[in-house]
Amino acid sequence: MTLLSLHGIRKSFGAVDVLHGVDLSVAAGEVVGLVGDNGAGKSTLMKTITGIYQADTGSIEFDGKDILALDPGQRRRLGIEMIYQDLSLAKQQDVASNIFLGREPTKRLLGLFPGFVDKAEMDRQAARMIDRLGAHLPSINRSVGSFSGGQQQTVAIARALTFNPKLVIMDEPTAALAVREVQSVLDLIRRLKSEGIAVILISHRLNDVLSVTDRIVVLRHGRADADLVTARTNMNEVVSRIVGGGDIAAAAAHEQRG
Amino acid sequence: MSAETAQPGFWTRVQRASVERLHIRLESLLVLVLLSTAMALLSPFFLSLSNFLNILLATSTIGVLAIAATFVIGSGGLDLSLGSVMGLSGVAGAYVAVNLGWPSVFAVIACILAGAIAGYINGQLVTRAFVPAFIVTLGMLGLARGLALVISQGRAIYGLPLEIVYIGQGRPFGVPMPVIIFVLTAIVAHAVLAYTRFGRHTLALGDSEGAARAAGIRVEQHRRIIYTLSGALAGLAGLLFTARVNAGDPTAGINYELTAITAAIIGGTNLFGGRASILGTMIGALIMGVLQNGLTLLAVQSYYQQMAIGAVLILAVFIDQYQVRKESRV
Repeated sequence: MTLLSLHGIRKSFGAVDVLHGVDLSVAAGEVVGLVGDNGAGKSTLMKTITGIYQADTGSIEFDGKDILALDPGQRRRLGIEMIYQDLSLAKQQDVASNIFLGREPTKRLLGLFPGFVDKAEMDRQAARMIDRLGAHLPSINRSVGSFSGGQQQTVAIARALTFNPKLVIMDEPTAALAVREVQSVLDLIRRLKSEGIAVILISHRLNDVLSVTDRIVVLRHGRADADLVTARTNMNEVVSRIVGGGDIAAAAAHEQRG
Repeated sequence: MSAETAQPGFWTRVQRASVERLHIRLESLLVLVLLSTAMALLSPFFLSLSNFLNILLATSTIGVLAIAATFVIGSGGLDLSLGSVMGLSGVAGAYVAVNLGWPSVFAVIACILAGAIAGYINGQLVTRAFVPAFIVTLGMLGLARGLALVISQGRAIYGLPLEIVYIGQGRPFGVPMPVIIFVLTAIVAHAVLAYTRFGRHTLALGDSEGAARAAGIRVEQHRRIIYTLSGALAGLAGLLFTARVNAGDPTAGINYELTAITAAIIGGTNLFGGRASILGTMIGALIMGVLQNGLTLLAVQSYYQQMAIGAVLILAVFIDQYQVRKESRV
């Protein structure tokens, strides 16, 4: 079943055309790798899915609904989450504030005044989510800016998973992590897949992409240039599609070295 | 790793608890107590109920402005037009009551509306025209002051109706009306900033605009509301001041933004947004009030008071930035 389908997405910033009509579809529970050179338009494409950017033309359907006109908050409520490369955390706020930002549960103060944030409930659910991820944080009430990079990423992941998403987009989730942490992110992606949650993984680490995805889409010069089934492709083919001709053998050899 | 697992010291834990639970920085409370003690030792007039009410009364106008400054700075913005908008609002109210002769309730509305409109224009320019808040509100500082002088033709408007004067000079149960209005405003503002979604989004926005946007918060709309709110509070401050001095003075509130922003910063508001509390700002406003009151009791020239406020502002930001760098890995 198709969960997300993009058709003819174009986006330009002033005179710079970034996306020239991208088609992309993701099925429920499918893990799709999105690869491409720097400046190929990967992050821009993902931001048109989350609604941070408005596509100039094209259509976006999610779960059978046209979502092109929706803002980021509305798309998030439909079940589209993204873990940003820079994590997009409010670093002076604590763990629960970040996880629930924009979706805080409220209660009545003294049974009278509505609209007060239920911080106790937020803390409880945040702690449960962090536990489920098997992570350890020094304290749930500390500002996330005082945490290590890996701990901050745990918070960003917890934020993406707390509200039962249908699609999780991860932009370079392993770029800044230690080896052990990379494995736990890959395990997490497999676990999401087994729960029927679709994942789009943007990564430069092709070994990770090859080991965890069902399909690999190559973005090149603002177009979806290739759509490869992971089980029937290999490093050389992916690399050659990314660089697009030229000295493929040398590029592949370089990638394999690593 | 050991540094993280080690139990933090008692003082650190008390500090954290006060920041997390009460949203105040203990240092500012300590400064307030030390300052008050020093003043009490230096001046025999300092410790008395009437002087205490005096301090609160003198703090009420600045305090309301400081609440506005807290919201704006907490959201990552800046409002330098607070003092001028306060002056404009007072003149607008006095003009409606005296020159137009309309009922007092319209004068009250005029004060707050004039402030809100000025703030709304600030918000529109910041979010739609992409002019930096520093420039927009600096321009508004000049615009509002000039407009106040134009409306009043450069002279204070006297002869306010009694109802208005009561707002400034009335003393139900012996407590000055401005103090009552100020304290009520502070309580509501504290609840909004610390415990509502609006308040939390304000701080998140000041912390990281990108994170707020990604979380689905309507960033531009939120900023426009904040600036409008800031202007409306400056209008309220204008009303309190005008009613207290019984005149719409076009020069009212000159340099008040300096004191208001200083109060917010001493109270623990991060100059760059993301951290702020009204309770903290109230302590900051009281520090400014005690400082001014004490220096007056000690017969220090008011010129030196201006210098003291400026120095305190720079010192407060220095200490704050020093701590941020020490604590955070950002």
